[in-house]
Amino acid sequence: MSTVIEPPITPVEKLHEEVETVTIRFAGDSGDGMQLTGTQFTNTSAVVGNDISTLPDFPAEIRAPAGSLPGVSGFQLNFSSQEIKTPGDQPNVLVAMNPAALKVNLADLEEGGTLIVNTDGFTPENLKYANYASNPLEDNSLAGYRVHKLPISTLNMNALKGNVELSRKEIDRSKNFFALGVLYWLYDRPMETTLSWIHAKFAKSPELAKANEIALKTGYNFADTTEVFTTHYTVKKAKIAPGKYRKMTGNEATALGFIAASQLSGRPLFYGSYPITPASDILHELSRHKSFGVKTFQAEDEIAAVCAAIGASFAGQIGLTGTSGPGVALKQEAIGLAVMTELPLIIVNVQRGGPSTGLPTKTEQADLFQAVWGRNGECPAIVVAPATPADCFHMAIEATRLAFKYMSPVFYLSDGYLANGAEPWAIPSIDSLPKIDVKFATDPATFMPYSRDEETLARPFALPGTPGLEHRIGGIEKQHISGNVNYDPENHHLMVKLRQEKIDRAANEIPLVEVMGEKTGKVLVLGWGSTYGSISSAVEKMQREGKSVSSAHLRHLNPFPRNLGEVLAGFETVIIPEMNLGQLCTMIRAKYLVDAVPFSKVKGRPFQIREIVRKVEEYL
Amino acid sequence: MSTQANGNGSNGNGNKPIVEAVSADSEVGSAVSGRIAPPPGQLKKADFVSDQEVRWCPGCGDYAILNNVQKVMPELGIPREKIVFVSGIGCSSRFPYYMNTYGFHSIHGRAPAVATGIKCANPDLSVWVITGDGDALSIGGNHFIHAIRRNLDINYILFNNRIYGLTKGQYSPTSEFGKKTKSTPSGTIDYPINPLSLAIASESTFVARSIDIDVKHLGVMVDAAAKHKGISFIEVYQNCNIFNDHAFDYFADRSVRSDKVLYLEHGKPMIFGKEKNMGIRMKGAHPEVVTIGENGITENDLLVHDIYLQDPSVAFMLARMEQPDFPQPVGIFRAVERPTYEAMLVDQIDASIAKSGPGSLEQLLNSGETWVVE
Repeated sequence: MSTVIEPPITPVEKLHEEVETVTIRFAGDSGDGMQLTGTQFTNTSAVVGNDISTLPDFPAEIRAPAGSLPGVSGFQLNFSSQEIKTPGDQPNVLVAMNPAALKVNLADLEEGGTLIVNTDGFTPENLKYANYASNPLEDNSLAGYRVHKLPISTLNMNALKGNVELSRKEIDRSKNFFALGVLYWLYDRPMETTLSWIHAKFAKSPELAKANEIALKTGYNFADTTEVFTTHYTVKKAKIAPGKYRKMTGNEATALGFIAASQLSGRPLFYGSYPITPASDILHELSRHKSFGVKTFQAEDEIAAVCAAIGASFAGQIGLTGTSGPGVALKQEAIGLAVMTELPLIIVNVQRGGPSTGLPTKTEQADLFQAVWGRNGECPAIVVAPATPADCFHMAIEATRLAFKYMSPVFYLSDGYLANGAEPWAIPSIDSLPKIDVKFATDPATFMPYSRDEETLARPFALPGTPGLEHRIGGIEKQHISGNVNYDPENHHLMVKLRQEKIDRAANEIPLVEVMGEKTGKVLVLGWGSTYGSISSAVEKMQREGKSVSSAHLRHLNPFPRNLGEVLAGFETVIIPEMNLGQLCTMIRAKYLVDAVPFSKVKGRPFQIREIVRKVEEYL
Repeated sequence: MSTQANGNGSNGNGNKPIVEAVSADSEVGSAVSGRIAPPPGQLKKADFVSDQEVRWCPGCGDYAILNNVQKVMPELGIPREKIVFVSGIGCSSRFPYYMNTYGFHSIHGRAPAVATGIKCANPDLSVWVITGDGDALSIGGNHFIHAIRRNLDINYILFNNRIYGLTKGQYSPTSEFGKKTKSTPSGTIDYPINPLSLAIASESTFVARSIDIDVKHLGVMVDAAAKHKGISFIEVYQNCNIFNDHAFDYFADRSVRSDKVLYLEHGKPMIFGKEKNMGIRMKGAHPEVVTIGENGITENDLLVHDIYLQDPSVAFMLARMEQPDFPQPVGIFRAVERPTYEAMLVDQIDASIAKSGPGSLEQLLNSGETWVVE
């Protein structure tokens, strides 16, 4: 260690500077509590009125060897006094708790950015683990950054030793709160939100609560008094539409959205699921809300999870199953059964990097084909995709509405980025939410299991328990109207067409796709799912610069909104950024005969705004 | 129809509206009962016979089982509309089509999972799973174990014919070792699984076995299974007269049955044989076959059957007994009480509501850290 910093006796005069937007990345070992630190900073920033957007980035291993490169866990947070829609292209500040965290994240830090390192983590052993031949803190390789070297572990240990009855190891675990305290001072954040969180969380372990509290406050006071930091920064409240807000991750919003759908439809919610990253939090969240009559079923496998959801749906509840791509692969045969039996069913796919096990904790959008075409036979299903973490709430309601209205499976394509990313959510009034109409057959004189609604082509829904409507359904081809087992070639041809037509007709009542910007021009950037933030930020930026570019975002992917062809026709070039090799692009090209340009990024990370800007500029 | 624009209209129907095609075709029969059944007390077997033509091979053991189940149904006192039959894939899985109740012919191996969802969603329904040896023990092995261990109040009947019939004669997981079939011309090298052993190992609270041609006994078993609160598992030896004919004759044929089958009865000593002079007693930790009257053996020396033993060891031992060393046991092996999954599921919901009142969406959406922007 070159210098050990001791707080000076007399506080130095500190400068105060106002900034608009800051992007911080916290990085450390997966056991260092970086997700927690990031989440606390996010909550506090949301509560003080900044707009926020976050991107947690953690390894698949729960505890990879301490100090190793695969064990690095990161949490990126963008907070601003302006409207923001992404977690930020490049961190302005990187907090690195050890050499591995520095190695993995340094390339992303902006030129001249602020680097706060825990020098105690830079042991010869850790340097070796991170494949550093020499100590980057001493070899001048960080000259391009503003480096703050803090012996965080030592400072924290000194502050706590003798003040709490905890082992050295336990004390050391609170060092993330010391780091958080430093950052709170640096960005002028109040500590109350985190302090009340600490006391609620550790209510049963008062010593841990005390340790974390001291760590946080000491970190704050240290930053205030040390000469290392000469300036602290203020990010003012964002001009956000008036209303009541809370922070929402996509997975939370998904869970709450389906509870809302249950309340709005009057049908109890049944969630069949098998634990899988990054979807498990939906299971956790739903299982906490039993007072809404929510039934959660942790099944023995993915197939049982979807089959139980189908059974629950047959019995009249909202049959919901949630998983990620590998789970959908296992469920597809059963989803085909729900297509054949024409039962409402919702399949949440929180997409992750594939194929196979792929990148379990990283984001991707490569399951669109799987949702649209991934089953045997002509097997159409409705596909929707939320665009932002908060939009997950509304699309859950939309998916449920469509499932009942069209008696059809509905895929709901979220992804790892939406699932774990957070943003402020304007809490809607209950009255503003759409009602979901569910009709059941009751009349034995007229009921036919496979008769159809003239408008939607949906078949009637008759619940077990209804006298006189006893009937049999199954995966074998059904006779039109009667629902009897039937192998007749003409009947099969008709039924195949009817099932497709039913899904096509859903286009009649899904919202039209909106163009953001001029309806005609040089470039249209078309997106779906979680690319919304990056695309709309990039396009708005270019529009401010007077460029002929518009964007449109699809939340319904099968069927497409009925004005989509017309929208596409208004532009010379259609660019489709996707975190896959061009799946939506292929569908658009096939269906509308438009020479759309795919823009692929399959790195387990969302698009940066500037990446999209650069791509669009090629076509202007 | 407005979906034809812009390359839509993937139904391939040209310009002909499908609705017209729909209404033009109305001369079909019905998969529905179309009338309300009489109250439970007045139900007859005929009320449970659907209008569908039964399509099993003539002489199939499935007919006897169907007939028996239809006969038992009116005696259960359950309204017809509250009964659901769920099946997977295989010959036996066509069963629901022939029952005039609610029915769900699902996919291969997954009937227990579908039934789990139905029972959880509506515990008021009487749910029956019909499955075969391939459906339950091969492709559906995982669901078999887990549906049983959860102890849902579901009746689970496995038709064991020791062969794959619907795919025309491959060996099944219960086929005897060395069996020559279409897929094993040199004989199987798979050791068979014992369905009852697996059910007991999975903590089944009700375990029974019967034989398709033993009509009376089968009826008693189905009735007992229906009345058991919790999972009730019945293995039925069922003859496939096309691909595995006479598979069970070596003990089930009338000419040998009394000598080779042990009818288990609760509270009674284990006696079998035409002369009712053979019995089972324990020799150390193992069962043995003895003859009453020989070597001073009396009925008092024999094992007395107790279906209520919490410890499943004896039931497991009985499940392992088979020809030729032992008689083939049939009857109820085990019937113990345990809270059911769906009852506990509902209890947790009720307890949550009792504690904090029915969920309020308004409150839920406004929970957590909130802030107001003026």
